[in-house]
Amino acid sequence: MKALKHFIKSFTLWELLKGLSVTGRYFFSRKITVQYPEEKTPQSPRFRGLHALRRYANGEERCIACKLCEAVCPALAITIDSEEREDGTRRTTRYDIDLFKCIYCGFCEEACPVDSIVETHIFEYHFEERGTQIMTKQMLLEIGDQHEAEIAANRQADARYR
Amino acid sequence: MSEAINTDWVTITVDGQEMQARKGAMLIEVTDRENIHVPRFCYHKKLSVAANCRMCLVEVEKAPKPLPACATPVMDGMVVHTRSDYARAAQHSVMEFLLINHPLDCPICDQGGECELQDVAMGYGNDVSQYVEGKRVVLDKSIGPLISTELTRCIHCTRCVRFGEEIAGVRELGMTSRGEHARIATYIQEAVTSEMSGNVIDICPVGALTAKPSRFAARAWEMTQHPSIAAHDCVGSNIFVHTLRNKVIRVVPRDNEAINEAWISDRDRFSYEALQSEQRLRTPMLKQNGEWLEVDWDTALEFSAKALKSVVEEHGGDKILALLSPNSTTEELYLAQKLMRALGCGNIDHRLRQSDFSDQDEAPVMPWLGQNIEDLSNLDAALLVGANVRKEQPIVAHRLRQAAIKRDAQIHLLNTREYPHHFPLASNTAVAQQHLVSHLAAIAKTALAVSKHDVPNYLKKIIAAAASETSYREIVAQLTKAENSTVFLGEQAAMHPDFSVLRSLAAVIAEQTGSRLGYLSAGANAAGAWLAGAVPHRGAAGKTDAVRGEHLGHLGLINPVACFLLNVEPELDVANAHALLSAIADDKLIVAMTAFTSPALLATADLLLPIATFAETSGTYVNAEGFWQSFAGCIAPAGEARPAWKVLRVLGNVLGLSGFDYMSSEQVRDELRELCSAIELDNSVPDTVSLELTATSDTLMRAGDVPMYSGDAILRRAPSLQKTVDAQTLCVRINSKQANQLGVAEETSVILKQNELSASLPLVIDDSIPDACCWIPLAVGGSEALGAPFGNVSLSKV
Repeated sequence: MKALKHFIKSFTLWELLKGLSVTGRYFFSRKITVQYPEEKTPQSPRFRGLHALRRYANGEERCIACKLCEAVCPALAITIDSEEREDGTRRTTRYDIDLFKCIYCGFCEEACPVDSIVETHIFEYHFEERGTQIMTKQMLLEIGDQHEAEIAANRQADARYR
Repeated sequence: MSEAINTDWVTITVDGQEMQARKGAMLIEVTDRENIHVPRFCYHKKLSVAANCRMCLVEVEKAPKPLPACATPVMDGMVVHTRSDYARAAQHSVMEFLLINHPLDCPICDQGGECELQDVAMGYGNDVSQYVEGKRVVLDKSIGPLISTELTRCIHCTRCVRFGEEIAGVRELGMTSRGEHARIATYIQEAVTSEMSGNVIDICPVGALTAKPSRFAARAWEMTQHPSIAAHDCVGSNIFVHTLRNKVIRVVPRDNEAINEAWISDRDRFSYEALQSEQRLRTPMLKQNGEWLEVDWDTALEFSAKALKSVVEEHGGDKILALLSPNSTTEELYLAQKLMRALGCGNIDHRLRQSDFSDQDEAPVMPWLGQNIEDLSNLDAALLVGANVRKEQPIVAHRLRQAAIKRDAQIHLLNTREYPHHFPLASNTAVAQQHLVSHLAAIAKTALAVSKHDVPNYLKKIIAAAASETSYREIVAQLTKAENSTVFLGEQAAMHPDFSVLRSLAAVIAEQTGSRLGYLSAGANAAGAWLAGAVPHRGAAGKTDAVRGEHLGHLGLINPVACFLLNVEPELDVANAHALLSAIADDKLIVAMTAFTSPALLATADLLLPIATFAETSGTYVNAEGFWQSFAGCIAPAGEARPAWKVLRVLGNVLGLSGFDYMSSEQVRDELRELCSAIELDNSVPDTVSLELTATSDTLMRAGDVPMYSGDAILRRAPSLQKTVDAQTLCVRINSKQANQLGVAEETSVILKQNELSASLPLVIDDSIPDACCWIPLAVGGSEALGAPFGNVSLSKV
């Protein structure tokens, strides 16, 4: 019985047709290929790309140098130095993220008590020289300033799940 | 803290476990001993029981309410549950109450991560508070340059208040108002001035009191903790140095019941700030044609070897003067003297502020405390001569305070200025320094009379000149009656121009009253310096066959051609800086191993070799009780600086000397230790000394001490300490009687004339200064322009 089944399958090219049916199905189905970089796939508000440091609406930086992100970072990518600013508040004097070490796990975002360090949707960047992969506080704040509206919208969208 | 130790034992049951406890002990002491955790905030093993936080409530069977473990004495057959539902419920309720007003600012709180409230809240708190009412806010007080306050965080445990009353001996912090309005405050603004005040930072269970110098600099979890030894007094307090990324962030005490218990002085705590000083020397510097050049180590060592060699060849080794700091480690001192003696130089000294060396050959191999530091708390009577122990050795003062308070010890001070103390004193006599000898002689005379002994011949002349003071009978009586009594010679006695006489008199008083004789030496390692042979008349381990040289008093005899300085700033670390600076001025060769640059070094030296400070080198300090305490380096030295023992070892190699092939500082230490193994500590003074009195007079004479934050190069560069009230600037202090006689008023300047030197100095009228005395602090900026620290002076209006 088994031999017979095999015999019939061989002569009707069953396996070939089976394979072609997959091809055929994808041939007629809706295409999901995007023409990157002209087209881009949609991103979740939780997407974890390049980091940014945010400010409050009044322009004050959010970061209070609590160093929880540094402590939680599993890749030890964050380095913070802190001191008392002239007005008596606790502030960072250095906030470096080494993007070669970073594994984009998002723990820093999770740990931050003031929503200061966030990961943005930006994932298209490269470095041509060693050393330039270190994002300094200034660079991170600039990214935050550029994308604040979007970052805020993403936080808003995700707020009910946090 | 149980006052009297009860020897009766009772059996109690805690959490089903039977245990023995001393009758009258508090429950929490027993549970702590048995490692049963009971949460607490206000209880501290070194402070009295307040029982006001209520966190340590436990269930005691047959008691109608939960009882606080810290204030419940154990009783036979007591059955205690620390973790029953009943106890837990009580602990949870207390925690909830404490968290009503505590702010949720842990991310910006310096205590975050090492906070007792945080820890206990993790175990006993709820995640969400039921309270929606506003939280209490308390305005912060400025209480000085060392401690920053965040009083909203305070949970009113009153540990800091009790610390002030019981340990620091000054009521500076207190709790005012009640209930919702209760708050910790100082009675006067900016008023926390205790020399031990930094300890409230450690005992505060929350972040209400934190360290100002290290404010916001690092989190508890990211620092590395290194055990070390404090480098500023002869106590050798045990410390932990906390570092982050090769920077010292803070220093905290390391418990050692035999030495510093759980406390350290502010001096030991905040001196680390100087490590980052702008005056830090980071590369070897060579002066060529009057210009300072940064050079590499090879060049620097070659230069120093060549220069020292040529001095030895041309003038002989005895034309070198080697001054070593008593704050250097034993290894450094040993290697430095070994190197110098190998070059034929015996003019080695660490007694930089001493001016009378006449009895040095009779001096003990190592002048020591005469007892263990721990035993100081058991003294029944003591006489301190020329010692401002509260500021000079705060931990010793703390021990004496314990003795005075708990054992009612009779402590007498005989000083050249009336120093305020924080414990009850039986007497506090201040006489002008030129009369100190005659007053001590009066005590000795009384002691000899009481013990019915004849005045020994060598003292006859001195005792004949004794002051006709009769009130010293009490001192002698108490010293004689006491079971444990000691006569201490302090830092100022050692600086006194008649130190040898003071020493002999103190020895006689000690002998006649059955007391011990003890020294409270200046610097962290004076004891180690004696053992290492950093004295001109004895080699390592007190050997008298070593190359002999002249002491600093014979500067003219030495007439140095070259000067070797280890950790010494010639303008501030030496008693008669003016004489030294003029002796080494001009084209003398000066090689200085130093961690910092200073104006005088830059002006006079030819070569500066950067060396490591106490936190950067391994080494050993020998404290006043003769206890050797070794420590390892905590961070890498700044810049190109190297541990001094390594520099000396390589310098020995470059000079081609044998016996400099050490591989570690431990090897150096072990070699010296081996030599010292036969030494028995003995402070007794032989009656063979010949004593000479310097001239005394009733005219105005100069005296002074080293202010507590000016003692060494590190302290002088610690910015926060320099902002405290104990930091002093150059001024003249006289009492109001003297001021009236001279017709000068406060806040004016006066012209001070001493021999051919004169200077215009601000005047302060201070009635703690005795008559015929003009008090000028030593080792402060500008003091190098004045002459010898003691001597006739005249004051006149500008």
